[in-house]
Amino acid sequence: MSSTQELSKDTAYADFMARAYAMELEANERYTQFADQLAMHNNVEVAMLFRKLADIEALHAKRILAEMRWSALPAMPVPYAWDGEAPETAPFESVHYLMQPYHALEIALRNELRAEQYFERIARSDAPPSVRAAAAEMAAEEREHVELVRAWMKRVPQPSAGWDDDPDPPRIVE
Amino acid sequence: MNAPLSAPLVQAKDFKSDYKPVWCPGCGDYSVLLAIQKALASLDLRPENVAIVSGIGCSSRLPAYTSCYGFHGVHGRALPAATGLKVARPELTVLVASGDGDGYSIGGNHFLHACRRNVDLTYIVMDNHVYGMTKGQPSPTTEPDWTSKLAPAGTGVREFHPLVIALASGANFVARAFSGDPNGCAALIADAVRHPGFSFVEVLSPCVTFRPDQRGWKDLVHPAPVAPTDDPARAARRIMTDDGFNIGILYRGNRAPYHGAAKAATHAAAELEADFRIEETA
Repeated sequence: MSSTQELSKDTAYADFMARAYAMELEANERYTQFADQLAMHNNVEVAMLFRKLADIEALHAKRILAEMRWSALPAMPVPYAWDGEAPETAPFESVHYLMQPYHALEIALRNELRAEQYFERIARSDAPPSVRAAAAEMAAEEREHVELVRAWMKRVPQPSAGWDDDPDPPRIVE
Repeated sequence: MNAPLSAPLVQAKDFKSDYKPVWCPGCGDYSVLLAIQKALASLDLRPENVAIVSGIGCSSRLPAYTSCYGFHGVHGRALPAATGLKVARPELTVLVASGDGDGYSIGGNHFLHACRRNVDLTYIVMDNHVYGMTKGQPSPTTEPDWTSKLAPAGTGVREFHPLVIALASGANFVARAFSGDPNGCAALIADAVRHPGFSFVEVLSPCVTFRPDQRGWKDLVHPAPVAPTDDPARAARRIMTDDGFNIGILYRGNRAPYHGAAKAATHAAAELEADFRIEETA
């Protein structure tokens, strides 16, 4: 990769990094929303896990800001766009009030896999070399995250059948 | 240093309040809240220039979760309150948040007349075909054969068709959105706010607690296959014959909005009092 000074003049590279930054930021916001939702429903363990995931994404975002010497979220460039929400953002419907840490990690794994695919696609595209190199580097990072999450999943209990059975269900039972 | 790309002046987060929503995790209303915040930011509006009015129900909690002016009103009566506000303060952008119970049953009559009056409001109804806050009773949009412990044989009653009712009553903009696509939903809400007159956005917003089957909506929704029309009869025919999962702007009318009656000339208090003065007799 070229020096940071050279890259900073490269518009295509800046566009790509703006997208990468937005992706990390959106992931951070969604994990924070999930943490708040689960905390509100007294599922403290999963809330803490989502909070941790949010912190990790915030660190990634900060690293991009520092590298690009930006002070805040830049306007979104047209190139490298995605359909719908960012690849590392889980849909709102992914969570359940009785979910367990394993479920939260399943969500994280899916997000990391989608992020890896996004960067891989750009690394293999006809984008300028500086962008392809950066995308390949980020894809490799996401691959590492995939392995980290998989290892994490081995350390938490797998949910047993009926994990969502609620002895005091919200539905009125006659 | 890289020439910084200009950041947007107003961002979705500027429309967030300090209150954390209490909706069930997974509820579609989280997404609608985010879509409204994104739509308002995309329109470059400021929280102090926007008011969100609601009635009662899960969806009606929405104003508290924004930094805009808000009014959490009486069950089914959000539209009259919002109408009064818009007529009195036309410079405000007024949104109304409701659900299928609050908006189509308790507030059904107000819905018809708000469409007819065509005041410049944006009415966002989060439709999950059930009364969620009161634990899962069938609502006006519940399918007649949906069974639950509260309606073991289903209601057997034909469901309400809000989009067609809105068209027949005179709404100037009719769209259907899906909460599973917050960005698409935000774009439709922004279009609705921009369009003059009464804009109605029906958002399919799953209730994951009482209607877990609605998690499957994400596989059923699809973009409306035709461009919006300004012909209400054509729009009505399309809506009556679609599968209920067409997403997009379905009608864009051109009726002039109602701005309220011309203001009466103001009188000084002394002039008004003159009519009631009691002459003292000598």
